[in-house]
Amino acid sequence: MTATMSSDGSMLDLLTGFIVELRAAGLPVSLTENLDAMQAIIHIPIEDRNAFKYALAATLVKNNAHWRAFETVFEVYFSLRGPGYALGGSDEPLELDDDDTAANPEAAGAGTGGGGGEALTPEQMAEMLFKALQKGDEAMMKALARQAVTRYAGMEPGRPVGGTYYLYRTLRNLDLDNVLEQLMSQAREESPEPLTPLEERLEKDEFESRVDRLKQEIEAEIRRRLVADRGVEAMAKTLRKPLPEDVDFMHASREELMSLRKAIYPLTRKLAVRLARKRRHGRKGPLDFRNTVRHSLSYGGVPVDPKFRYPRPAKPEIFVVADISGSVAAFARFTLQLVYAISGQFSRVRSFVFIDGIDEVTKFFEGVEDISVAIHRVNTEADVVWVDGHSDYGHAFEVFWERYGREISPKTTVLILGDARNNYHSSQAWVVGEMRKKARHVYWLNPEPKAYWDTGDSIVGEYGVHCDGTYECRNLRQLEKFVEVLD
Amino acid sequence: MRDKFHRMDFRFESPTSVRARLRDVDYLSDDAIAGVVFLADRLGKPILVEGPAGTGKTQLAKSVAEILGARLIRLQCYEGLDESKALYEWNYKKQLLRIQAERNNESTWEDIETDIFSDEFLLTRPLLEAIRSDDPVVLLIDEVDRVEIETEALLLEILSDYQVSIPELGTITAKQIPMVFLTSNNTRELSEALKRRCLFLHIDYPDMEREKEIVLTRVPEITDSLADQVTRIVRSIRQLELKKSPSVSETIDWARTLLMLGVDSITEADAIETLNILLKYQSDITRATKELSADTTQRRPGVPRTS
Ligand SMILES: Nc1ncnc2c1ncn2[C@@H]1O[C@H](COP(=O)(O)OP(=O)(O)OP(=O)(O)O)[C@@H](O)[C@H]1O
Ligand SMILES: [Mg+2]
Repeated sequence: MTATMSSDGSMLDLLTGFIVELRAAGLPVSLTENLDAMQAIIHIPIEDRNAFKYALAATLVKNNAHWRAFETVFEVYFSLRGPGYALGGSDEPLELDDDDTAANPEAAGAGTGGGGGEALTPEQMAEMLFKALQKGDEAMMKALARQAVTRYAGMEPGRPVGGTYYLYRTLRNLDLDNVLEQLMSQAREESPEPLTPLEERLEKDEFESRVDRLKQEIEAEIRRRLVADRGVEAMAKTLRKPLPEDVDFMHASREELMSLRKAIYPLTRKLAVRLARKRRHGRKGPLDFRNTVRHSLSYGGVPVDPKFRYPRPAKPEIFVVADISGSVAAFARFTLQLVYAISGQFSRVRSFVFIDGIDEVTKFFEGVEDISVAIHRVNTEADVVWVDGHSDYGHAFEVFWERYGREISPKTTVLILGDARNNYHSSQAWVVGEMRKKARHVYWLNPEPKAYWDTGDSIVGEYGVHCDGTYECRNLRQLEKFVEVLD
Repeated sequence: MRDKFHRMDFRFESPTSVRARLRDVDYLSDDAIAGVVFLADRLGKPILVEGPAGTGKTQLAKSVAEILGARLIRLQCYEGLDESKALYEWNYKKQLLRIQAERNNESTWEDIETDIFSDEFLLTRPLLEAIRSDDPVVLLIDEVDRVEIETEALLLEILSDYQVSIPELGTITAKQIPMVFLTSNNTRELSEALKRRCLFLHIDYPDMEREKEIVLTRVPEITDSLADQVTRIVRSIRQLELKKSPSVSETIDWARTLLMLGVDSITEADAIETLNILLKYQSDITRATKELSADTTQRRPGVPRTS
């Protein structure tokens, strides 16, 4: 902590600025929490950067899914503003000149013949990388990260590209997959006995976790330089990542899909508990007279504890009818997963998938414990292509009506999933109208933003008029909200 | 809050000392855990501890009680928990008996009423007990996510003001601010009101080094190399997409089992035969079995060696 920072006023200003950044990143921070944070930092030994971070987190972040966003903002805001704002001494000072190559004691000490004040040759670089990972040497990895960014990221001042672009360039040049393979062969060579599959696996896990650490170092290094180039405010903006529940199904990156997959299981568990509770306690029925009197006997005949009948509404049967063509496949996957995870709330779930042809896939889900296995079968085995594998809602609906229409009953709730981009085929919207006449409810869930509905070849409006409701479901948050009111 | 009690003596020196003292009672914490415990004492605020099952949430409260030499008062939550089980209840039976006994005497109804709504007829439940205690206590409100959201309201007064209002007796205020832990497995979202009153601590699976330390501490007879292998394999298994990942307590159980079986270096067969200690779902066991015995390389051992 520098002298300017230790006076109370500037500390509070700094904290206020930090909270503004957190809110801008989408974290809900209430006034109470703001005040708590101000109290907290009075008690925290400010030199201890970790303790400082955790103290702020404990008062400001009340949802673990927001932790990463918090950490990123913290790092940018406090550590990367330049030495004046750095907390404690755990971080090396910024080195913004391209002098890392020369001035690195660790690199020189790595014993790879770094050549004193000269730049390393690519071969020396590669060897240093190999050694750093083999030993899991933190200091070497840090030095290497700096080197690699200087050399490979090709960062230019003022260039409007994001950090991921530089990260990608750096990693491609380091070719870590190949290094990993070399590390493994080395491990195999050094082992007196051939490695068993289990040993192989554990070795590989260890190296992979080191590679991950290196990647994090590189990412941090790139961030540091970007901040130096563009300033904190601009950087904070580019770093804002959506929370898992806000990730758009239709444009999710692979990494985001992974985070979604992780988020969905706890979410379904919560949802199931909530729905079960609602079913049990939801409505109070009429007074149960006999039960009340029976209980009143223990209070001398005074009916102090009235008893109610709990009506148990029949559970609905669910038909999911899902477009699984390219752009909406992820949406279909997560919706099916969600519905099956809470299938205990329904008397039965049947599922149908289509592109231009339609197929029932209920059996893939029956008796499997692991829904992702079922989803995999849906994607590989279902017979959904009729002519050309481009969405044709009209044809799919016609066939659906012909084959399964008569099985819809007043207990059935039909969920139709898709963007209703029909490639200008005819809509056959009458099918949806007929469904609604027989079913308990028909709902349409559309993963596109509402603003795009009925533009281009989207004809969701034509179907929508026959539904009990059309809902925008772009992310887990919206999907969860819909499912919760489903009956 | 704190001023109200004129207590300037704090329980802990620094986060580092929290960490050291927890270690003395065999609880291995980290910067986050120690930092939040330290802060909770300084600010006089409860801690809401959340995280996967078996990661030491309940144990944290117990261990803190132990280092403070405080009595642990535990309120185990469940669906349907109400005021009479959490806070206090009037002892109806005893009151009735008293009323009957007094009927033959001259006492007026007012006398009787003051009498039967006095301390003697009060059944103290954990929350009230913690507030009224003279000796130091740690209050553990375990698995708070199990109560209905409406029931949470019962806790709010205690958590922010450390007091309880009883209509017949007035407001009872704590003589000392106890340390309070609430745990949650996150089966439902807790109310904003509750979260605002607490410091938040998420305890996740420990990293490998800490988990190894935990194993060494909890299973003292184990060798360093076996503990190392155990935690490596557990880390590997936690990376799979499972319904339920192994918890710390399951890691400990597994280490004990292997030790009992006389294993000193874990082979695939050992691991697979004992997977049911680590994993609770059959589908998870099947998946892990497949993964552990799978060949992770195209190039098998025995490829031409260069040296
Ligand atoms: N950090 C730790 N240090 C030492 N032992 C630990 C630690 N974490 C967990 N354990 C061990 O794991 C056991 C289980 O922990 P505990 O019962 O506290 O888990 P929990 O998080 O409360 O789980 P649940 O959510 O299922 O209630 C403890 O009894 C203890 O033996
Ligand atoms: Mg517990």
